[in-house]
Amino acid sequence: MRPEHWLYTIPLRLRSLFRRRQADQELDDELRDHVERKTQEYNAKGLVPEEARRQALIEMGGIEKRKEECRDARRVRWLQDLAQDLRFGLRMLRKSPAFTAITIATLAMGIGANGAIFAVIENVLLKPLPFPDSAELVDLGHDVPGIGLHGRSAPFLYFIYGEQSRSFQSMGLWRENSNNLTGLAEPEHVRSLALTSEVLPMVGVQPLLGRLFSAADTAPGAPLTAMLAYGFWREKFGADTSMIGRNIIIDGQPRQVIGVLPRNFWFMDSKAAVVLPLQFDRNKIFLGQFQYSGIARLKPGVSVAQASADCARLIPVALRSFPPFPGLSLASFERERITPAFTSLKASLLGDIGGVLWVLMGTIGMVLLIACANVANLMLVRTQGRQQEFAIRSALGAGWWQIARELLVESLVLGVAGGAVGACLALGALRLLQFLHPANLPRLEQISMDAASVLFTFAISVFAGLLFGLIPAIRYAGGGGAAALRTAGRGASESRQRHRARNTLVVVQVALALVLLIGSGLMIRTFQALRHVNPGFVRPEELQTFDISIPRSVSAAPVAVTRMEQSIADKIAAVPGVSSVGLTNDVPMDDGHWYDPVQIEGREADNLPGRVYKFVSPGLLATMGNSLVAGRDFTWEDLYDQHRVVMLSENLARELWGTPQAALGKHVRHLSISPWLEVIGVVGDERADGVDQPAPETIYWPLLMDHFGPDPLHATPDVSYVVRTPRARSSALMQELSQAVWSVSKELPLANPQTLEDLYNKSLSRTSLALVMLGIAGAMAFALGVAGLYGVISYSVAQRTREIGIRVAMGAQHSTVRRMFIAEGARLTVIGIAVGSVAALGLMRLMASLLFGVKPFDPLTYAGVAAALAAAAAMASYIPARRAMRVDPIVALRYE
Amino acid sequence: MSKPSDLVQGTLDMLLLKILALEPMNGFAVSQRLKQVSGDILQMSDGSLYPALHKLEQEGWITAEWKTSEYGRRAKYYSLTHLGRRQLEKEADNWGRLSSAISRVIKLKEA
Repeated sequence: MRPEHWLYTIPLRLRSLFRRRQADQELDDELRDHVERKTQEYNAKGLVPEEARRQALIEMGGIEKRKEECRDARRVRWLQDLAQDLRFGLRMLRKSPAFTAITIATLAMGIGANGAIFAVIENVLLKPLPFPDSAELVDLGHDVPGIGLHGRSAPFLYFIYGEQSRSFQSMGLWRENSNNLTGLAEPEHVRSLALTSEVLPMVGVQPLLGRLFSAADTAPGAPLTAMLAYGFWREKFGADTSMIGRNIIIDGQPRQVIGVLPRNFWFMDSKAAVVLPLQFDRNKIFLGQFQYSGIARLKPGVSVAQASADCARLIPVALRSFPPFPGLSLASFERERITPAFTSLKASLLGDIGGVLWVLMGTIGMVLLIACANVANLMLVRTQGRQQEFAIRSALGAGWWQIARELLVESLVLGVAGGAVGACLALGALRLLQFLHPANLPRLEQISMDAASVLFTFAISVFAGLLFGLIPAIRYAGGGGAAALRTAGRGASESRQRHRARNTLVVVQVALALVLLIGSGLMIRTFQALRHVNPGFVRPEELQTFDISIPRSVSAAPVAVTRMEQSIADKIAAVPGVSSVGLTNDVPMDDGHWYDPVQIEGREADNLPGRVYKFVSPGLLATMGNSLVAGRDFTWEDLYDQHRVVMLSENLARELWGTPQAALGKHVRHLSISPWLEVIGVVGDERADGVDQPAPETIYWPLLMDHFGPDPLHATPDVSYVVRTPRARSSALMQELSQAVWSVSKELPLANPQTLEDLYNKSLSRTSLALVMLGIAGAMAFALGVAGLYGVISYSVAQRTREIGIRVAMGAQHSTVRRMFIAEGARLTVIGIAVGSVAALGLMRLMASLLFGVKPFDPLTYAGVAAALAAAAAMASYIPARRAMRVDPIVALRYE
Repeated sequence: MSKPSDLVQGTLDMLLLKILALEPMNGFAVSQRLKQVSGDILQMSDGSLYPALHKLEQEGWITAEWKTSEYGRRAKYYSLTHLGRRQLEKEADNWGRLSSAISRVIKLKEA
């Protein structure tokens, strides 16, 4: 019976829903008809017609109320009511376009900012890496505290783990590099990814064309192969499918192209154009060579901790399975205390960016709260204006929920509209972020407004709508009873108690604005402190750098390589505008360093800490502007005559011998088989790891040396040229420099042209990112907070016009009246600043990792910000207070 | 006027259904007939009559038609549907069982 019943009733319910107006009319007719008949009945019984009608109406009760009850009985009411509330709400919003526009704009900013940050956090921090079963992937990093290495791996460990470890399904090594690509129109310097054959299959890559590397390709002595990245293949080779099988010339050696990678290939943010196989010969592996990264896929059920323990016990085995690097002893490796420091692959990619992002999320969340407080205030004001309407409706029988529901629908409409606009703003902001390409943000291409972000944006719009809708609803939907009916518009003036909700909101806004401004202030101080650090070099904007790599095919003999480098330097020095040139293997703040221990004559050769190894030409120090604290620089004769000379950084000299002067004449060497070199110069400290890091202890080797290592002569074929010229960064300069290089050798592409200023700015970028975001958030908070205060005082003045009129008529001075309102504003500001200061003390500690040179409780910043906010608030109170002063008592008393 | 003292809302619906089972009529006539047949004991306030009728209509137990009344105006006439007839039978059964049970308890001899 039930299904049949339902089938019958559904058309009835639908009819109630859709032909509402007709149904309404019928209901009205029906009830009136009943009243008519009743009236006739009473007429017939002998009552006077008016009395009969009155009696009939009394018995019916309120016709509207009966109609409501009948509609209730039809039980589709909620949907109709919702539709009606929606229509009504939209109409109200259309009638006050200024309010609607301001509210939606405010909300759009707050919600959009939150949506954007959430998209970044979700895609960068939360989403797993785009590899199948990415939770099983680990980075095989090792800590070698002995020489200051972290997170690296080495071939000798690769072989031992591969042969004896029980924890991995698959394991490989990879590194990023750059190489010369010749044979095209112009020689090019390309970024490359070198890896063992296990790596690509491990992360689930399928080639677009051709095949991946096999174990045969990575065997020592196998024919050389290469793969191309999709973008590079399309750009340089026109997406020619016949590239497979053809050769390209990398570093002077032909390699056969065996495959092309797919368009969506992504591996650890690598920008490589070509992918090369790592070919290790197990018989020629030494201990050491930690220039690689290791990657492995764990066996199911094995945890990272278990894998670490497994490999830790294999390290001593590994140390005995391979010979140490010539000149180093096994004991020195053992004492270096190599330990596995495996982390999930995602963690190794993200580093510590998480901290910055969560701080940003927190601050943007606070901005949203401030925006909501502002809107809530505006809504309170608006709703108070309708108080009389609510009182009447409540007296006529409207329930609390009916009125509240209407207010909530209105605020939800505002919230969702603000959210929709905000989502568009967020999209734009993300595009902008990708365009700006901040240096430290991993997985940048993977950031987008995906479904989760849109859902989040919608959720916070609803939440915001409910939040600032409930406040006026709770306050005013009750109707207020007789008091509201009576005092709305007439009566003495507003009591202080009515201001309470608005005042609380303003205090909250001021407090939050203070917190955000203090955060910005601290970041500004941090930035200033960083910029004041002496980096060790001078006027980086005049220093143009570029890289050159001299392949063996062009020049192999060390002396010839060095002569070539010198003649290039001479040609560059002849370019107009160039005041000096130098070359080195390691430009400060650019990528990593070569770390190795340094042996000191007369001291123990074991357990030595790692120092930064820099290879420099004569004149580099002068070009960079490094200060020579003691002794002298190299000369070209020192290099070609193989004088045994070396320079040290000041901090290293002080550490070893107390004063730079004392270091001169002492002897150091690289390995036990190297000759002792005399310290002839001490160089001022250089912040090569960025200005927020201490200057590393550095040793400066000559570009050309004898018996530096096992080979008789050692040169540095991979160098960066540093050129001091006011014309740095201009493309004309780069053209002339390229010509200078090619006039010596046509096979040498110039790579990575950048100024030292770029590198310097990049090292500040983590701080500057946080600074910019906090600055924006602080500025928004400041504007909203001050606007909120202004609004409240203005409204207070407007509401109390009558009171002001009375006071002035009774003899109060205008200035007294003005002081009254300023005092009100001051009171709110002081409370807000007090609350905000306490909150800031608690919250700024969370930011401590981002700060440099300033403590989280820096009193100067707190005082300065509080003063600035107080001043702005004073202005915000003063302007409406002045208006209060001008109130004409007669006008005030006459009108409401 | 208040609701009849010892009746529950569901029983009220049953009464209305029964009245309409006799013949189709409009709301006013239903309340008149109820009063008349029960000898003035059962009376429904106008305020509760119409919501009850609308609910019965929504459930599909009665159906309505707009006809020209004897006064020349349009009036709404309700009549019972076959679903309503079945509901009436069911509720009448329930009522019978309930009332005889109550009678049995009341007629118990006191000790």
